[in-house]
Amino acid sequence: MSRAVIRDSLSISIAVGSYGAAFGVASVAAGLSIAQTCALSLLLFSGASQFAVAGVLGAGGSALSAIAASALLALRNGFYGARMAPLLQVRGLKRLLASQITIDESTAIALAHESKGAADARKGFWLTGVGIYFFWNLATLLGALGANALGDPAQWGLDATIPAAFLGLLWPRLTSQLARVVAISAVALALILTPLLTPGLPIIACVLIPLIAGWRMRS
Amino acid sequence: MIWMAVLGASALAFAFKFIGQSIPQSLLANPRISRIADLIPTALLAGLVAVQTFATKTELVIDQRLAGVAVAAIALYLRANFLIMLLAATLTSALLHQL
Repeated sequence: MSRAVIRDSLSISIAVGSYGAAFGVASVAAGLSIAQTCALSLLLFSGASQFAVAGVLGAGGSALSAIAASALLALRNGFYGARMAPLLQVRGLKRLLASQITIDESTAIALAHESKGAADARKGFWLTGVGIYFFWNLATLLGALGANALGDPAQWGLDATIPAAFLGLLWPRLTSQLARVVAISAVALALILTPLLTPGLPIIACVLIPLIAGWRMRS
Repeated sequence: MIWMAVLGASALAFAFKFIGQSIPQSLLANPRISRIADLIPTALLAGLVAVQTFATKTELVIDQRLAGVAVAAIALYLRANFLIMLLAATLTSALLHQL
């Protein structure tokens, strides 16, 4: 196994794992308990989906809306899984573990090292996935404990933390003209629907835009 | 109700991850499907930015959150680290809240 894989996996584990603190703070500020916040990081373990659960519930959306928004964001992990499976070749308990750590970063590191051979790609996947899982959960707990000690979220500016986190997750996706058009359309649709629907539903309605845009465009 | 959301969302996310690991890759290789799948997070994240910035329940309001998000956009444009960007947005909103 090359050193580059270990170095890349560890550095991304610490960098991305530390963002778990931001989730811990934002989730408690949105009204979830410390236990609920930690459960999301342990069980759901997919950043954007976790922020969506906290965001939708915090905005007054129903449990069903929160689940739907989170699930739509989690769909992509299924595509990562299909891409990783032929590389990982795992069954039974190992496949369950591999599934839980199939996220943006573990997939990206594996694919980045795939040209150097399947062994390097596999190591990158496991090291990155397990590394992020460890640091993300540790940081979530610390963030949740910290936010719990602070009190009123708005006083500390935490009401801006969740939208800023979503913007940070969105930013690297805005690389194509199509992605930017889809994003701007989604902003417009969500704002138009906000006064008309119960909280949470305007976000879920945004799934119509990629359905229409992706279906109609010729490849 | 919060626990239901936490556990339901977790169960679905795991189901997607596991199903993805367990089905033939060719099933998801359709270019139209993969393009739509790639755009879904973009649309949802953009919708979430909008709602979390402007909505208070079902009302649209302009408050300190918008200033925080604007500062976040500037920080991202300047390629700031994710946590630095969040800190800048949070401090901006906190400062305006104090005024």
